Amino acid sequence: MQPQRPLTQNILPERPPLNLSEYEKAGGYQALRKVLAGMTPQQVTAAVLEANLRGRGGAGFPTGRKWSFVPMGPEAPQPKYLVINADEMEPATFKDRVLLEGDPHQLIEGIIIGAYAIQARMAYIFLRTTYTVAARNIAAAIAEAQAKGYLGHHILGSDFSIELHLHVSAGRYICGEETGLLNALEGKRANPRAKPPFPPVIGLWGKPTVANNVETICNVPHIINHGAAWFRGLSRVADGGTKIYGVSGKVKRPGAWELPLGVTIRELIEESAGGMRDGLAVRAILPGGASTDLLTADHLDVVMDFNGVAAAGSRLGTGTMVVVDDQTCIVGLVANLMRFFAQESCGWCTPCREGLPWLAKILTAIEQGRGEPDDIAILKEHIHLLGPGRTFCALAPGAMEPLQSALKYFEEDFLRHIRERRCPWR
Amino acid sequence: MPTIYIDNQPYTIAAGQNLLQACLALGFDLPYFCWHPALGSVGACRQCAVKRFKDDKDTRGELVMACLTPADEGTRIAINDPEAVQFRAGVIEWLMLNHPHDCPVCDEGGECHLQDMTVMSGHTYRRNRFPKRTHRNQDLGPFINHEMNRCIQCYRCVRFYHDYAGGTDLNVFASRDHLYFGRFEDGALASEFSGNLVEICPTGVFTDRTFKQHSSRKWDLQTAPSICPHCGLGCNTLPGERYGELRRVRNRYHHQINGYFLCDRGRFGYEHANGDRRIRQPLHVQRGKVPATPLTAEAALGEWAAMTRAGGRLIGIGSPRASLEANFALRRLVGAENFYAGLSAAEQAGLSAVCALLTDGPVPSATLQGAGLSDAALVLGEDVTQTAPLLALNLRRLRYRKAAVMAAGFQLPAWNDAGVRELAQLNLPNLFIAATHATRLDDEAFGTLHVPPAELLRFAAAVVAALDVPEAPEPDKGDAVAAMAWQTAQALLKAQRPLVVAGLAEGEPALVRAAAAIAGRLKAKGRAAELFVCVPEANSLGLALMQPKELAAAMAQGPAETVVVLENDLFRRAAPSAVTAWLAQARQVVVLDHLATQTTALADLVLPTAVAAETAGTWVNNEGRSQRAFAVMVPSGAARPAWRWLQAMALAMGRVDLKAWQSIDEVAAELAKALPCFQPITELTPAVTVPTSSGHLPRQSHRYSGRTAMRAHLDVHEPKPPADADAPLAFSMEGFDGPQPPGLTTRDWAPGWNSEQAQHKFQGEIAGLIETHDTGRRLVSPAGKALPVEFSPPAQAKHLSPGEFQLVPLHHIFGSEELSMAAPAVAQRAPQPYVGLGPDNGFAVDGQAIWLRIGELLTEQIVRIVSGLSPGLLGWPMGLPGMPPIVLPAVAKVEPS
Repeated sequence: MQPQRPLTQNILPERPPLNLSEYEKAGGYQALRKVLAGMTPQQVTAAVLEANLRGRGGAGFPTGRKWSFVPMGPEAPQPKYLVINADEMEPATFKDRVLLEGDPHQLIEGIIIGAYAIQARMAYIFLRTTYTVAARNIAAAIAEAQAKGYLGHHILGSDFSIELHLHVSAGRYICGEETGLLNALEGKRANPRAKPPFPPVIGLWGKPTVANNVETICNVPHIINHGAAWFRGLSRVADGGTKIYGVSGKVKRPGAWELPLGVTIRELIEESAGGMRDGLAVRAILPGGASTDLLTADHLDVVMDFNGVAAAGSRLGTGTMVVVDDQTCIVGLVANLMRFFAQESCGWCTPCREGLPWLAKILTAIEQGRGEPDDIAILKEHIHLLGPGRTFCALAPGAMEPLQSALKYFEEDFLRHIRERRCPWR
Repeated sequence: MPTIYIDNQPYTIAAGQNLLQACLALGFDLPYFCWHPALGSVGACRQCAVKRFKDDKDTRGELVMACLTPADEGTRIAINDPEAVQFRAGVIEWLMLNHPHDCPVCDEGGECHLQDMTVMSGHTYRRNRFPKRTHRNQDLGPFINHEMNRCIQCYRCVRFYHDYAGGTDLNVFASRDHLYFGRFEDGALASEFSGNLVEICPTGVFTDRTFKQHSSRKWDLQTAPSICPHCGLGCNTLPGERYGELRRVRNRYHHQINGYFLCDRGRFGYEHANGDRRIRQPLHVQRGKVPATPLTAEAALGEWAAMTRAGGRLIGIGSPRASLEANFALRRLVGAENFYAGLSAAEQAGLSAVCALLTDGPVPSATLQGAGLSDAALVLGEDVTQTAPLLALNLRRLRYRKAAVMAAGFQLPAWNDAGVRELAQLNLPNLFIAATHATRLDDEAFGTLHVPPAELLRFAAAVVAALDVPEAPEPDKGDAVAAMAWQTAQALLKAQRPLVVAGLAEGEPALVRAAAAIAGRLKAKGRAAELFVCVPEANSLGLALMQPKELAAAMAQGPAETVVVLENDLFRRAAPSAVTAWLAQARQVVVLDHLATQTTALADLVLPTAVAAETAGTWVNNEGRSQRAFAVMVPSGAARPAWRWLQAMALAMGRVDLKAWQSIDEVAAELAKALPCFQPITELTPAVTVPTSSGHLPRQSHRYSGRTAMRAHLDVHEPKPPADADAPLAFSMEGFDGPQPPGLTTRDWAPGWNSEQAQHKFQGEIAGLIETHDTGRRLVSPAGKALPVEFSPPAQAKHLSPGEFQLVPLHHIFGSEELSMAAPAVAQRAPQPYVGLGPDNGFAVDGQAIWLRIGELLTEQIVRIVSGLSPGLLGWPMGLPGMPPIVLPAVAKVEPS
């Protein structure tokens, strides 16, 4: 029997997650046994590469390729690390939470296999500070797996050993940035690092390190169990697998669902989320989290995969969208996002540290009716000045995405605020 | 040698640079903040953006940060591309959003990198209409003033203080646009190198607090190249004067010595020149029997002539803190047979050993910067942070150097500071420290050993043995000395460029010989081994090379006729009772000094001399390099350079043999004739290679203000500037104001570059040789004898009864050095009098008062626990005011209270 919704097959609302024996009964840890019984690390990486699994954290980098950058063999630096990025702090994103709270053993099995593929001896789960339920469930699952010998020395009698630690973050958005996360794990300021060097070569404590998203790593046991062809077949598009999509905003049934990669925005809003609340219409969509470009009601038939959303001028990001209705002020939305990004800047590079607060102040002023005609020019200038390559990491360019698309599609809203010296939506 | 293209013009550059270095070295103006030549690149400020093109067909290009982009073969960039220009203007606008624009009241104004970069980047009008963020400032102690509101968050302060200098109490707090650079609470910065923040900070957040007491603008200071008088390393300094007062000291880049940095003693010790203890007039003292009466110079010389009219033998006591010329003038006045070193017996024995090793030893002495490039180092018996502070700073580079070698394997260039430090973090360098107690540098060491002095020699012998038989198995861990010796030997053998450091701090010359023996063994095995010897004072080695007789010999001769003491407090050199008795028996005592000391109090006549910054002079540093300092200012009052007093004294006696001396060069030439090892000092006065009508270069900048007003309350006529025969420099603002020739740099300045960052305008290669600063000539360089150096076997430790302790010296960067302790800021940082006992001393706890009998002395002292000090040892802070002077070796017995 080949599952259609592998990631969430064991997750039922209102029920605690499967414990170890239940997870094993449901076919759990079979992928791990298969790997340890007869697959080389290279074969595991090849399988993941063949499955076209792209990172689910937002950037969509092919997971198998990321693993293949890690130095292998007896000469490779030791210890190597696998770090799971469970610091899901993108505003309006809650898709990893489903997996973290709902099926921690699936995560642990994925981690062990991923660590085997890169021959890491140490793994960390870097968890968002507010995910207390997840923390409890994961800690319990780690203890169970430890007791049963899935974690620790000589797993299932093999030569492979792995130590897994749960690290609960202190709670900053920038900790979700791969290298900021590594610094945070080391007990330093969560400033991103310069690249190169890239973490697979010089990462945690200067050693080779792979950082994978929760959803990404949870796919790995299923790819091992059912094969790359099956995984690619789950998707409607070229990239393999399912995706946990989410919808929030003033829809009838906000939530998160595992669906084939490549559903349309319309399907998500109208079928999964039950459509807009009565009397409201879609005006804009943040398709993949706060740091993606807004789309409009004209984009409802855009396919929600990496390439489809990119073609429409935005990013799939985390695949959890915010639907903006026609009663919500776009300027207020952008101002709110900008305050968030300004607040969460680590303060390392000038454009982000100084530029974002300035923009937040301007946007707040416009929203409150204190905008000035020259403000639009300053906003537009910053879209270029804070673009990709100008800043140290992707935080500020990400912050520019909702702003630039808001100015592209809704500039008149901004001008009305400035002309009327008030928010027309209030 | 790659070729790069800047605005379509080809340039050949040195390999292995980033684009920012390459552009600056080529003389382009490219603004930057977070990059620093000594700190490398991290890419935080984004100010150095340039446009890079894939090839000559690419017209779009992409913005890159020059500091993070390798200047590889064929790289094509445009500095003046409109997009790059606009982005750089944007960066400076952001940086200035919260800057208070308080330049008129800011001490940094006029030498502010932020001012320069703001102008360079073209930010003029303020568009931000929102309130600025503000911070509360901290009291960071006597050295550094804090004004956080000026901060532009370039992170250079923490990168220097924390990453480079190993400080732990300055950091960056909070995040986003509320970053705070400071301490976790108010308090004096603990690092011995905090003063460098003044120059590292591109704006006025960290400024010189001592300068603030008598502040001035950079362009208003009269400056000249000088040499730091506060230890034996010979760091190059740039003191500044205004209104007859020495107002500050800045670093003067020297690519082989101090590089970009000074220690706090060197930077803040200058106020001894202005302090209460300064002597500015000749004094008639009569050994304290009459109140000190000021005399005119003529009257003083008359008194001297009267003293010597009766004839009789003159005894001259030289000084390790006086210039070569001053010591030589004294030697000429009294005759070589009557010239004695003002050194303790242990110092003189040690310095003789050092001289012998540096002239005939097996390996050359390392330069200060060279020490930082070694790949393994052993520090033997020296707390270098206290005795040779900048050596400690350079040894702290070893960890980075080690990681940079590893990084090369990852195609990661050494200038990529952030990347290299990721690799460095778990890698301690091959640094081994053996000392009598825990030293400040121990945190950087791979191995440390804390043992009594005799055991240090046993350790050194074990290292030599392990080097001779490297295949010997690792000894049992139970014998810590043998185990660490084996480990040290293995690491030194693995190195290509090992370094052995020793010094005179322990008062045990055998340690220096032991260090040379170790270095010699390494050299015999084909390693480029070097020796670094720490000597106590600015001219210790220079004095020793003059081969003066021992002070003890002078005192042993019994009552002297006339004693002339040159810039020396004999109470720091010999037992106080012996000094007092000897001086009391002398028929007459003349002391030349600039500071009132116990010795000047016992003189008949005191003659005021110039401090280092007021006179030209030649100084020989620990590596044996002679360097010429020039007077920054004319000393006020009747003070004058010691050699000129000594010349005048000879004339007053009716002697004409010194009459011919017109300038320091003539004194130096005669010294070289008398003692040929000093021949190189005749080449020290740099040639003026730029057009000047007078042959002189100005000490005052072309912006020097108030020249005609300064003395207007005294006389509306502006006096002719004093002549200076000792330097090709004039006390004037007139003359050539372009790039200054070698060795005559009076300021770091280039058009558009008013801060010390202008240095790179004069460096052939960034952080390389500055043409204008490659000064100094080595006096000694060993021929490299293959013969192994031997050192005496470990002396049997003296048997101590219960309650008896062997005294070991403890040195303090702030406290042990004589001159700097006359500077209030430094004195404030010195410890209170104490004696040190180890944690397992079995007698006293921290803070407890105990009575000690040391020879005839009975004294009560407060105990401080000194980490690492073995039971049976008692640490005695050397030179600390308030502590009774002790001549080591000595034993202290705890007396019941």
